[in-house]
Amino acid sequence: MSGTELTLGKAINAGLRRAMENDPKVLVMGEDVGRLGGVFRVTDGLYKDFGADRVIDTPLAESGIIGTAIGLALRGYRPVCEIQFDGFFFPAADQTFTQLAKLRARSEGRLSLPVVIRIPYGGGIGAVEHHSESPEAYFTHTAGLRVVTVATPEDAYWMIQQAIACPDPVVFLEPKRRYWDKAPVRTDGSVDTATPMGEARIVRPGTDVTLVAYGPMVKVALHAAEADTERSIEVIDLRSLSPVDYDTVYESVRRTGRLVVTHEAPVTSGLGAEIAARVTEACFYHLEAPVIRVGGFDTPYPPSRLEEYYLPDLDRVLDGVDRTFAY
Amino acid sequence: MSDSTVREEPELIQLLTPDGEYVPHPDYPFEPATAQVRDLYRDLVLVRRLDAEAVALQRQGELGLWASLLGQEAAQIGSARALEPQDMAFPSYREHGVAWCRGVRPRDLLAMFRGVTNGGWDPYEHNFHLYTIVIGSQTLHATGYAMGVQRDGALGEDGTAVITYFGDGATSQGDTNEAFNYAAVNNAPVVFFCQNNQWAISEPNDRQSKAPIYQRAAGFGFPGIRVDGNDVFACLAVTRKALQHAREGQGPTLIEAFTYRMGAHTTSDDPTRYRTSAEIEEWRRKDPIARLRAYLVREGKADDGFFDAVEAEAEKLGEQVRAECRALPDPAPLDIFREVYAEPHRELDRQRAEFADYLASFEGAEGAAR
Repeated sequence: MSGTELTLGKAINAGLRRAMENDPKVLVMGEDVGRLGGVFRVTDGLYKDFGADRVIDTPLAESGIIGTAIGLALRGYRPVCEIQFDGFFFPAADQTFTQLAKLRARSEGRLSLPVVIRIPYGGGIGAVEHHSESPEAYFTHTAGLRVVTVATPEDAYWMIQQAIACPDPVVFLEPKRRYWDKAPVRTDGSVDTATPMGEARIVRPGTDVTLVAYGPMVKVALHAAEADTERSIEVIDLRSLSPVDYDTVYESVRRTGRLVVTHEAPVTSGLGAEIAARVTEACFYHLEAPVIRVGGFDTPYPPSRLEEYYLPDLDRVLDGVDRTFAY
Repeated sequence: MSDSTVREEPELIQLLTPDGEYVPHPDYPFEPATAQVRDLYRDLVLVRRLDAEAVALQRQGELGLWASLLGQEAAQIGSARALEPQDMAFPSYREHGVAWCRGVRPRDLLAMFRGVTNGGWDPYEHNFHLYTIVIGSQTLHATGYAMGVQRDGALGEDGTAVITYFGDGATSQGDTNEAFNYAAVNNAPVVFFCQNNQWAISEPNDRQSKAPIYQRAAGFGFPGIRVDGNDVFACLAVTRKALQHAREGQGPTLIEAFTYRMGAHTTSDDPTRYRTSAEIEEWRRKDPIARLRAYLVREGKADDGFFDAVEAEAEKLGEQVRAECRALPDPAPLDIFREVYAEPHRELDRQRAEFADYLASFEGAEGAAR
C-alpha cells in the first residue's frame, strides 16, 4: 500500500505536527527549533503554525532544556526536546539520568514524565568532532528511560507520535545520515493501529544467519544481505533499544543458528554485547557459532576523513557473517 | 587567605532586630497581627522540635541520615507562609520547615531518610515537590513548571507562583545559573529562594561566590534582594512581595536569605573540623526563635501560658514523630520494581517475575513475593 513520499526528516516533522494538532499539551523545545526550524529542519514550519508558546527556542544550555522540560511535564505538558547533536547531550546527563528517569519511581507513580528527547545521532555525514556519536548504550543502561530509533520514514512518522503519547520518558534517536532517505509513508490510521514502538521487525527474511541492526545500520545490513549471494541473511530492525524485543530475536536465532549484531557505537559494553549475552543464555543449544559483533572501535569517534573506516560498512558486516560460518 | 580582605556587607532587609524590636520597612509592608505572629512562633518551635527529634532518631539508628535545619527555621517558615495554596514549591533536601507549612506529614518527611522510599509524599497533594539531592537540579524544574503556569494563563492577582529553595553551594552549579537565565528570558513566575547558611558542608561562602549572591540576579536581568534569614517577618514580607511580582507576570526574583546552619551539614558531618565555636556563638545571638519570643513578650502579645502551651505541643509532636518513624514499615522486596515505568516493560517484567520465583523458592517463603 502506498502513501505520501517523505524523507525521514520530513516524516518526523509530519509526526510532530500531527501530535501537536491532536494534543494542545505537546510542546517542542530546543536550540534553534523555532524560527530556524532546527539545524536539520525537522521542526520546520511548526513555529509559524503553533507559535512561540508551543515551539520554544531555548537558551543554549542542554541541561536547561531537559530540566525545564521536567518542570513543564510536572505541570501537565508533553515536551518534545531536541538536543541538536548527539555529542551535545552530555551537559544534560544529570537531568536525564538522575531526574527524568527516576522521578516516577521516586514518587511511587504519582509523577508522570512524558518527555521525549530527540537526538540526531551517528556518523556518516562528514561532520566535525562531537557531531557523529552513538550514545545509545548510556540510555539503555538507565532504568526509567525507553529508547527507540528509526530506520524508515514510516516508522519515523508513527514512532515519534507513539513516543509522545507514551507516559514514560522516551529517548528518540534519529539516524542523521538517513534524514534525507525517501520512502512512502502511510498516514492513515493512528498511533494505536501502527506497529507498537516496542516491537522489533524482520525486514528481510532469511534462513542461514540472523543480522540484527537498528537506526542507520539497517540500510547497511539490508545492502549486505542483498550482496551476499551464498547465504540467506535474515535482517531484524530492532526499533526499540530499551526494552529490546528479545522474543523476535530469539525466534529468528533458533531458526538460523547464527547471529551477527551490528551498530555504529563501540562494541565494548554496547548493546551488541548485551544482545550476545542474552541470546547465548536463551538460545544456547540452537547456536552453531558464537554471536559476532560488528561495530565501532573503542576509540573516540575519528576525524571525518577516517569515518568510513570506523563505521561498519557492507564489507565489514559480511566479514562478520563470514566469521560466524568459520565455526 | 579568606580573612585578608573584608568584604563590604550589603544592605540586609530586616524587620525584626535580634533583640525583638519590630522596625517597619517602607518597601516591605508587614502587619504583625497578634494571631499571625503567634502562629509563626508556633511553627518555628514545632519544626525545630521535629528536626531535633529526627537528629535523635538518626543517632538511635532509626534514620540513616538527617539534614538538620537548625538555625534556618525563620527563612523556611517565613517564605513558606508567604505561599498561597496554589503556589508550587521545589525544595532541596533541608526544607523541613517548608514541608511543614505545605502540610507534609512528619512520617512522610522522614521516610526517605529512614530508607523506606526514595520519595515520601504526593507532590500534587501538597504542591510541594519531592526533595532533590543533586545540588541545584530543582531550580530548573521550578523554572519549567513556571513556564507551564505561563502557558496555562494562570497568572494574575490570584494566579500561581513558583518558588524553589537551594543553598549558597548551589549558586556554583551550572543548573542554578541556567535556571536564572531560562527564568529571565522567559519572564517565568518563579522566586529563587537561596538560604545562604554560610557553609556548603565545609566550604565557606568565599569558596562559592566572589560577588554577594543576591547581586548575581542583576547580571541575569531580574531583581535580587538580601534578607535577614533569621527574621521571620522579613522573610515573609520579602517573599510575599516577590511571589506577587511573579504571580502578576513580572518575572523572577532572587532572594538571598542570610542565615546560618547551626548544626552539622548532615548527621554524617563533623563541623568542628572546619569552623569555630566563636562563630556559632555569634549566630546564636541572632537566633530566629529567641528574637520572635522577645518581640511577643516586649509587645505583650503572648504570656507564659502561650509559651508553655507551645512547648507542650512540641513535646507531643516529638512523641508523635518518634512513634510514627518507628512504625514506618519496610517495603516488600518486589517494591524495587514498582513504578519504574508507567506501562509494561518486557525486560523489567521478566526480571521481576524471575526474582519473585527466586524469593518464593525459599522454604516457608509464602507471601514473600507479592
